[in-house]
Amino acid sequence: MLEINAGGMYYRDLNQKIRDAVNSGEKDITVRNVNGQYYIGDGLRGKSTITVEGVPGNDLAAFMDGPTLVIRANAQDNISNTMNTGKVVIHGNAGDVLGYGMRGGKLHILGDVGYRVGIHMKGVKKQAPTIIVGGTAGDFFGEYMAGGVLILLGLNNDGRPIVGDYLGTGMHGGVIYVRGEVDKNNCGAEVGILDVDDEDVKVLKESLTEYCKDMGLSLDEVMKKGFKKLIPVSLRPYGNLYAY
Amino acid sequence: MFKSLAPPEYLATIDREKCIRCKRCIQNCGWGVYSWGGDKVLINTSKCVKCLRCYHYCPEEAIEIVDNPTRFKQNAYWGYNHLRNIKRQAETGGIPLTGMGSDLPYTILFDSLLIDACQVTNPSIDPLREPMELRTYLGKKPSSVEFEKGRDGKLKLKTKMPPQLKLSLPIIFSPMSFGSISLNAQKVLAMAAKECGILMNTGEGGLHEDLFPYRDNIIVQVASGRFGVNPDYLNAGVAVEIKIGQGAKPGIGGHLPGEKIPLEVARARMIPVGTDAISPAPQHDIYSIEDLRQLIYAIKEATNYKPVSVKIAAVHNVAAIASGIVRAGADIVYLDGFRGGTGAAPSIIRDHLGIPIEHAIAAVDDRLRQEGIRNEASIIAAGGIRSSADAAKAIALGADAVAIATAALITMGCTTCGKCYTGNCSWGITTQRPELTARLDPEVYAERLINLIHAWEHELKEILGALGINAIESLRGNRERLRGVGLDTQILDILGVKPAGR
Amino acid sequence: MNHDYQKDISGCGLTGLISRKRRRIGGADIVKSLCLMTDRGNGLGAGYAAYGIYPEFKDFYAFHIMFDEPSVRWTLEEYLKNNYHIEKIEEIPTSPVKAIPIAPLLVRYFVTPLKDKMAGDIQEADFVVNTVMKVNSEIEGAYIFSSGKNMGAFKGVGNPRDIAEFFRIEEYEGWTWTAHTRFPTNTPGWWGGAHPFTLLDWSIVHNGEISSYGINKRYLEMFGYKLTLLTDTEVAAYMLDLLIRRQGLDIPSACLVLAAPFWKKIDSLPEGEREALTALRQTYGSALLNGPFSILFGHSKGLVGINDRIKLRPLVAATKDDVTYMASEESAIRAICPAPDKVWAPRAGDPVIVNLED
Repeated sequence: MLEINAGGMYYRDLNQKIRDAVNSGEKDITVRNVNGQYYIGDGLRGKSTITVEGVPGNDLAAFMDGPTLVIRANAQDNISNTMNTGKVVIHGNAGDVLGYGMRGGKLHILGDVGYRVGIHMKGVKKQAPTIIVGGTAGDFFGEYMAGGVLILLGLNNDGRPIVGDYLGTGMHGGVIYVRGEVDKNNCGAEVGILDVDDEDVKVLKESLTEYCKDMGLSLDEVMKKGFKKLIPVSLRPYGNLYAY
Repeated sequence: MFKSLAPPEYLATIDREKCIRCKRCIQNCGWGVYSWGGDKVLINTSKCVKCLRCYHYCPEEAIEIVDNPTRFKQNAYWGYNHLRNIKRQAETGGIPLTGMGSDLPYTILFDSLLIDACQVTNPSIDPLREPMELRTYLGKKPSSVEFEKGRDGKLKLKTKMPPQLKLSLPIIFSPMSFGSISLNAQKVLAMAAKECGILMNTGEGGLHEDLFPYRDNIIVQVASGRFGVNPDYLNAGVAVEIKIGQGAKPGIGGHLPGEKIPLEVARARMIPVGTDAISPAPQHDIYSIEDLRQLIYAIKEATNYKPVSVKIAAVHNVAAIASGIVRAGADIVYLDGFRGGTGAAPSIIRDHLGIPIEHAIAAVDDRLRQEGIRNEASIIAAGGIRSSADAAKAIALGADAVAIATAALITMGCTTCGKCYTGNCSWGITTQRPELTARLDPEVYAERLINLIHAWEHELKEILGALGINAIESLRGNRERLRGVGLDTQILDILGVKPAGR
Repeated sequence: MNHDYQKDISGCGLTGLISRKRRRIGGADIVKSLCLMTDRGNGLGAGYAAYGIYPEFKDFYAFHIMFDEPSVRWTLEEYLKNNYHIEKIEEIPTSPVKAIPIAPLLVRYFVTPLKDKMAGDIQEADFVVNTVMKVNSEIEGAYIFSSGKNMGAFKGVGNPRDIAEFFRIEEYEGWTWTAHTRFPTNTPGWWGGAHPFTLLDWSIVHNGEISSYGINKRYLEMFGYKLTLLTDTEVAAYMLDLLIRRQGLDIPSACLVLAAPFWKKIDSLPEGEREALTALRQTYGSALLNGPFSILFGHSKGLVGINDRIKLRPLVAATKDDVTYMASEESAIRAICPAPDKVWAPRAGDPVIVNLED
């Protein structure tokens, strides 16, 4: 195990250190005293696990392709931007525009998230991204979604709405699961709301088993409440927009 | 379904005496204008776009395509296109789409600028026999360099130079994605770029594996849809371009309809077959200039600091925007003017938003100089470069290089019919229909494109020679060698160009 | 940003000499050399520059200033007094010459900047440059045409012989001399337009027209230079000031900027040198002087001659003992040095660099 003290370090130096360690075969890295350093895990490959202590800066795990990042604090905006594979676990809240253009891997967040989470997520064949949010989400959750799975649990929401307005607006692929009821008025025009079937429960259980293990939660507790499933009504939401 | 009240734009006609019923016109037309009626070729002229494929392949020259003489009553205010669009919108409720750059008769500043030549007081140079250098390096330059003397007394560089993109001449190909154009068309661009020592740009469509051999001549693009973007892709070319906007549709996203997403396109874009490929209007990780800086450096971190280009549409406040882009860390600012082409754009947007590239180059170059940061980034100018003269004028106004797309497509057979968005291009360029794309033999058409670039190269050298300079850097930003004809004082002031006669 | 300017065009002849051993040579030689090339000018401008001519004031900046009318002098002196200690003021000695009926008022000032006027960490040289820029662009009718230490420029509208007589050039003694006869094709009649052109210790005489002027000018403007004269010569002087004094390039490297080697040559060099020269061209493309030129530039430590990279203007060099001569024509050298030890024509873009011995 390698420890890096990031205290007062500029992101370029820190990320170079992390990259060198991963390239030299280090599998288990802990970075302490992180506060605001951008781009941790940016474009990083391999199978290492990197534990971050402190609040990492924006664009955490952008373009990442393989590693696992464990954040033992809140995290900021633009996490898993265009991420390819790998996993990010956040034991706290996270900000806006998470998983933009994400094509694979997992993003597990214990707490609440901000606006435009899961925007333009996409998947091809078996490679599909999953974002699981333990708390609540802001507006435009799953905007332009083209593939993958978004799961919103709304745990400990203290009566606050689980999700904001314009849910799934522009959605044309993938699936969103929301634990609880969904108001049609808060959904984008392209979204259909369905009850979950056995196949969905299988998918949910598989994803949530791993999530609960990461977060130290009880799967049974999480599965006690019912889910709604949101899917696009058309793969071609804008088919009639143009005059040819 | 009633007949459209918009009369057909063109009349396709066949001289029945000349026609030998070989059916080549039926095979060649991607639009379905011609069909076989048992004893003769039938014509559905409403589908004709005047791309002239049939005309070229008719062995008897029996085909003639004419503008439909049956038009709406002529009216200097209510033009043909106004009436036609209103009728189409009334029939469909949709937004009329179009392809290529705007064809409206706004003033063309390139045509109001003339280039200087030497007479007596300084000599012109003969480019056929004396050296004439067009080599251009794109990228951030330091404001000064430092040397240390090596042990051998030779100069040794101390300054760490930022990465540079080497071009044999200051012309590159504009981004056009696989999806908007065919893979064969992209291959033509890649082969020509390699042969000519210049660059092509993937556009936002990912990188097909057939283009891997050309990686030294490729800029990969990251746009709002993030199609095909992963670490391999980011590192697959010599530079990465962040596309913010496009001259033909500033502030507008893209939308490649599902029917233009067959397997190969889907693979390159890393999306399922047949789904719409939507590029949102903004990049959703950029809502402000500091966010652009964040993305630029995210890409640099992921590519071990390859040069990053930022492409924007030329809009009213382009100078301030470009300054922000440079200060955000971009190595290249790519300006796409109002006349810039497109595979598909709402015509209302294409024809009415943005500013011409000539104004934009002048404003941006002036602004960066005023702020003392012109060396921090190169300027690429695009959006309607029709000839080497346009290129020379753009460079004299302040661009480091120009990007061309329409001109390159014309070498492949394009006649600027403007129907790229339908996916029926009979020349095999803007289509994914296999029977159409197969017509575009990359080897054959690459040679034509190479010819074009070499011809422009010669012309640029002749222009430099006439100007009495033998390196392109002495033309770059040298507005003293341009004069305006028929331009008012304010435009001359914006362009930084004196009127002819002064 | 001023885009509306009329560029000054002229042809010419030039000559220069330097004693490496700092032997002070009388002005008669350079006048004789230049007058041999009178036909390269048209009588509308000539000038001389010399180094080592003010030994008793060698620590002061010698401002040579021309005034269109005497009243401007007081405005200028008010400004100078506020910013400089003035050691001495005197009218530049002249003799009446028939062919020069009208001349501006010519005064020289030996000055040193007042320390408390130099705000922040501004260098003394920058302060002087700012003064020159300010006076020449803002004080109408006053023009500083020489601003170095222990050196001076003398120039005006006239042929080489008349200008020499007018300024009594033969009475000065200097270790470096440059001179110039001019063939302007427009704006005749302004004394400031003649060469040499100087800034601080830089003095430039120049033959040919720089076809890249437009971009060279805009490049310099980015660094705060104000190009008031709109001549190629001014561009060359400021470019040297920028490259050498402000950015710290040595003289050979600066020459590689002004007359950059062709890519073909750079590409054929060994790696280290190739990398260095590539970086130089990439960085200083806008500083390349493109088009026909030969230039002599004098400075406090020596004299350099250089011509353009495809040799569109002539330059001949010769040595005799401790003296090096450079001129547009060999005959101009032989007029004052009939039997040089060595005579050669420098290759295109290849500088002749002569340094004074300490």
